[in-house]
Amino acid sequence: MSDYRIHGATGEWEVVIGLEVHAQVTSNAKLFSGAATAFGAEPNAQVSLVDAAMPGMLPVPNMECIRQAVRTGLAINAQINKWSRFDRKNYFYADLPQGYQISQLYHPIVGEGEIEIQLDDKDPESTKTIGIERIHVEQDAGKLMHDQHPTMSYVDLNRSGVALMEIVSRPDMRSPAEAGAYLSKLRTILRYVGSCDGNMDQGSMRADVNVSVRRPGEPFGTRTETKNVNSVRFVMAVVEQEAKRQVAVIEDGGTVVQETRLYDPDRNETRSMRSKEDAHDYRYFPDPDLLPLELTDDFVAECKASLPELPDAKRHRYETALGLSAYDAGQLTLEVETYQQFEEMLESVARESGAPERDVAKRVANWILSERPGVLRAAGVAVTDPRNTVAANTALIVAVSKGVISGGKAKEIFQQYLTSDIDLAETIASNQQTTDTGAIEAAVDAILAANADKVEQYKGGKEALFGFFVGQTMKAMQGKGNPQLVNQVLKDKLG
Amino acid sequence: MTDLTDLGVAAIRDGVAKGDFSATEVASAFNAAVAEAQDALNAFIVTTPEKALAAAAAVDADRAAGKPLGKMAGVPIGMKDLFATQDVQTTAASKILEGFKPKYESTVSARLWQAGAGMLGKLNLDQFAMGSSNETSAFGNVISPWRRPNDTAPLAPGGSSGGSSAAVAARIAPAATGTDTGGSIRQPAAFTGISGIKPTYGRCSRWGIVAFASSLDQAGPMARDVRDCAIMLEAMAGFDPKDSTSLDMPVPDWEAALNDDLRGKKVGIPREYRLDGMDPDVAASWEQGIAWLKDAGAEIVEVSLPHTKYALPTYYIIAPAEASSNLARYDGVRYGLRDLPDGAGLQDMYAATRAAGFGAEVKRRILIGTYVLSAGFYDAYYTQAQKVRTLISHDFTNAFTQCDVILAPTAPSAAFALGEKSADPLEMYLNDVFSVPASLAGLPAMSVPGGVDRNGLPLGLQVIGRAFDEQGVLNAGLAIEKRAAFSARPAKWW
Amino acid sequence: MSVDTATVAKIASLARIKVSEAELEAMVPELNGILAWVEQLGEVNVDGIEPMTAVIPNKQRLRDDVVNADPLTGGDIRDKVLANAPAAEHGFFGVPKVIE
Ligand SMILES: [Mg+2]
Ligand SMILES: [Zn+2]
Repeated sequence: MSDYRIHGATGEWEVVIGLEVHAQVTSNAKLFSGAATAFGAEPNAQVSLVDAAMPGMLPVPNMECIRQAVRTGLAINAQINKWSRFDRKNYFYADLPQGYQISQLYHPIVGEGEIEIQLDDKDPESTKTIGIERIHVEQDAGKLMHDQHPTMSYVDLNRSGVALMEIVSRPDMRSPAEAGAYLSKLRTILRYVGSCDGNMDQGSMRADVNVSVRRPGEPFGTRTETKNVNSVRFVMAVVEQEAKRQVAVIEDGGTVVQETRLYDPDRNETRSMRSKEDAHDYRYFPDPDLLPLELTDDFVAECKASLPELPDAKRHRYETALGLSAYDAGQLTLEVETYQQFEEMLESVARESGAPERDVAKRVANWILSERPGVLRAAGVAVTDPRNTVAANTALIVAVSKGVISGGKAKEIFQQYLTSDIDLAETIASNQQTTDTGAIEAAVDAILAANADKVEQYKGGKEALFGFFVGQTMKAMQGKGNPQLVNQVLKDKLG
Repeated sequence: MTDLTDLGVAAIRDGVAKGDFSATEVASAFNAAVAEAQDALNAFIVTTPEKALAAAAAVDADRAAGKPLGKMAGVPIGMKDLFATQDVQTTAASKILEGFKPKYESTVSARLWQAGAGMLGKLNLDQFAMGSSNETSAFGNVISPWRRPNDTAPLAPGGSSGGSSAAVAARIAPAATGTDTGGSIRQPAAFTGISGIKPTYGRCSRWGIVAFASSLDQAGPMARDVRDCAIMLEAMAGFDPKDSTSLDMPVPDWEAALNDDLRGKKVGIPREYRLDGMDPDVAASWEQGIAWLKDAGAEIVEVSLPHTKYALPTYYIIAPAEASSNLARYDGVRYGLRDLPDGAGLQDMYAATRAAGFGAEVKRRILIGTYVLSAGFYDAYYTQAQKVRTLISHDFTNAFTQCDVILAPTAPSAAFALGEKSADPLEMYLNDVFSVPASLAGLPAMSVPGGVDRNGLPLGLQVIGRAFDEQGVLNAGLAIEKRAAFSARPAKWW
Repeated sequence: MSVDTATVAKIASLARIKVSEAELEAMVPELNGILAWVEQLGEVNVDGIEPMTAVIPNKQRLRDDVVNADPLTGGDIRDKVLANAPAAEHGFFGVPKVIE
């Protein structure tokens, strides 16, 4: 239960949020034509006669788009409707060549499902289930450009007809954080499934944010819909701003109007939008150019079989089978690229060191989550850098776990490797740490002799100085002293 | 040498193949006939004599080279101006598409050219195929070649394929394409004493045909006789992956299987088509048709299509609803007319463009369609109509358990004079009373000449068949044709 | 249900067809005549009857996800797409400036 409240002049208000997310379906061709979907093409290059709604043009659905919608539905445990059909939503706008959008109102392809969100990534108990009402498939519209000509707007139909999934949640969220967590989780799932690339800055995911406020426990208030919000941060801001605005309206004695709004990120406020269809009468009816879409059991089964391990299952497996902490498991499973690297590296490290995955999982996880990011940052290198290979990472992790080099040395070598032309294997070998007890004892003796005052203080109870002696010894040995042995020798000598 | 313009599809195809005459001679003869009749009949919106000649030259060259010739080789035809023809103006007889030259060819017309046909021109029609008299074209009325005795009053060639029917009846084209949404092939065929078949919904691809009502539109041939229709339909029909409603099934060799022996076949006579106050000449023609089919060996059975009286109202909800949406794309943005009054915004431009571009009947149907789909009315009108449509379809399914084909009149009267019915839309709509039920059920249906009325004007007899049974329809049509020996033709007055 | 001038004006606006007062006046009785006539469908008992979804029983075919598999339904044809446009420049269609 969220205890997020708007503190109004007249008391506390609860916010109720539902999201309609438009996710661009990953496909080569458009939903109803053979034109390409790639981002960033020349204007009107990726437009077919069908997308431009030339007279007599007809739609034929792309199987991949249907498949991706079904796979997405299965990934959120939703009901798959084996009988669905397309409807026309009629309105006039320059980005809508047909004068209607082909969508699904009456019989969507995916029915009810759910998504579990986690509100605190360190607390596996902080979960909440958000209901999904439906997923339907529909066409995207074209794009208008208003600033290229003094008296005209320009129309680019490249996006016209690109397949979208509209994923409609139930009004189950109660705080900006929940809305943000939901959108992030949805994005993660879509990216796991591969049904949407999740590139919000390219418009691949946009959320319509439905917000209303009420006194806790009272019936739902009137909602507004803020359209096309394209980041998690903005969704959270919209919820916050819109809830505050609505509370202010009500407390001023006004009423909230059910309307469409736009978010202005520069001013961090929502404002009423001139509606596209004044009367909002879309005259939905079944598209007579298309037939009912009937899915076979085999088709659905194939969709199911093609799903990868999904984020919740993966996180759970990392905790139970690999013994990782809830936090590490959560972090590693957030992004597809992260888990892929982790699993690849885990497999490689286990193989190279001849140990079970469970035994090296923690070390690999630490390397990926806490040690490597700093090195990459210091080296000014992206995670996708070609030198950042699984083999290189594995060599370093294995060298540390075999005691060949210390963890600190590994980071040092890795940074050199990323920024200069060193041979990794040679460098590891030449930095091999010493396990020669005599050499370590000699170094320790020298350090203790040179710091007699500190030895006194240590013996007097200032035990924090132990780290100082370790550091001095390692430094004297150019980082090659085996840390366990250095510790051991120091403890013995200091009594 | 016979007048080449007296020849139909089969005769031209066979004559060209045998070398009795060249395709070029045929094209030239029809081009001349078209030019001669154009001012009087206004059957064409644009003529394309050079296209007809080019196609003919290609056929002649193929023949000289010994290459195999197509089903329609050497036959010049008229193309209803509802089919997109590449780089040739395609208007649907509407101002809103004046000057529109598509960069694509409709599937059906492409198939015809592939089969060796040539194009005489784009035929006039009711605007967006909405009408039954060809009086709604933005390019003027088509005048029927037929006249009442001692009367020069212009008669309607029927609609919407009125340019097609007039051209074939006047023998300025041996055949023409038509499209039929609620009777637009059959009623004009009946009015002008020619044959025409609307095949099963989905037989001919709708790709590239300007849409009127998607769930009803079907292309089909209009020609002098049943054989010509069979030949041309074979060339037009066939699966098209670009049309979701296209039937994925082989096209039979309808011509080869033509057979007017109907022994063992049952012909259903629908009780409900006997309307009160039926034109006695139409009733007599129907009786005659029954007698002819009996003579061909068929057994006559009475059948019932109980929801017949609801077919027209059903049609006049569904067709305008689909049309209101199909015609939304004519907005002045990507092609066609743009009317941009001073200072107009986008939405004003739409309203002005559509007001200036659409004719009165088109506007009327768009408004009806918009209304029946609008919030609060959708279920009462549209959903109810689609349910009644299911019942109408069931009626046919039931009837076809008792018979193989159904015989009915095509239209409630012979051709009327221009202006006679255009004042009252409802009266005009009643023209389709016999043709609309088969359209709603997607069934193949054909009109063949079935005698003349008291004024010597042609009457049509309609044969309706089971889905996919074009052969049964063609064969029954052929049985009537042989016995009717219809020889009336309009006297040439142009 | 019958329509009045205001309703017809609203429908015409939904359909984006500009109509004059005179046209509106003429349309009202015409549309009412047609609507009254089609409303006889209301008397048909349709209990348990499904609305027709496919004229000829058939189900939707699906296309393979291949770009430009058929040039007639593929892209990369900008010149063809813009060929008939009343206003086109720099590869765009032009419309009167829209204020959103
Ligand atoms: Mg929405
Ligand atoms: Zn949507």
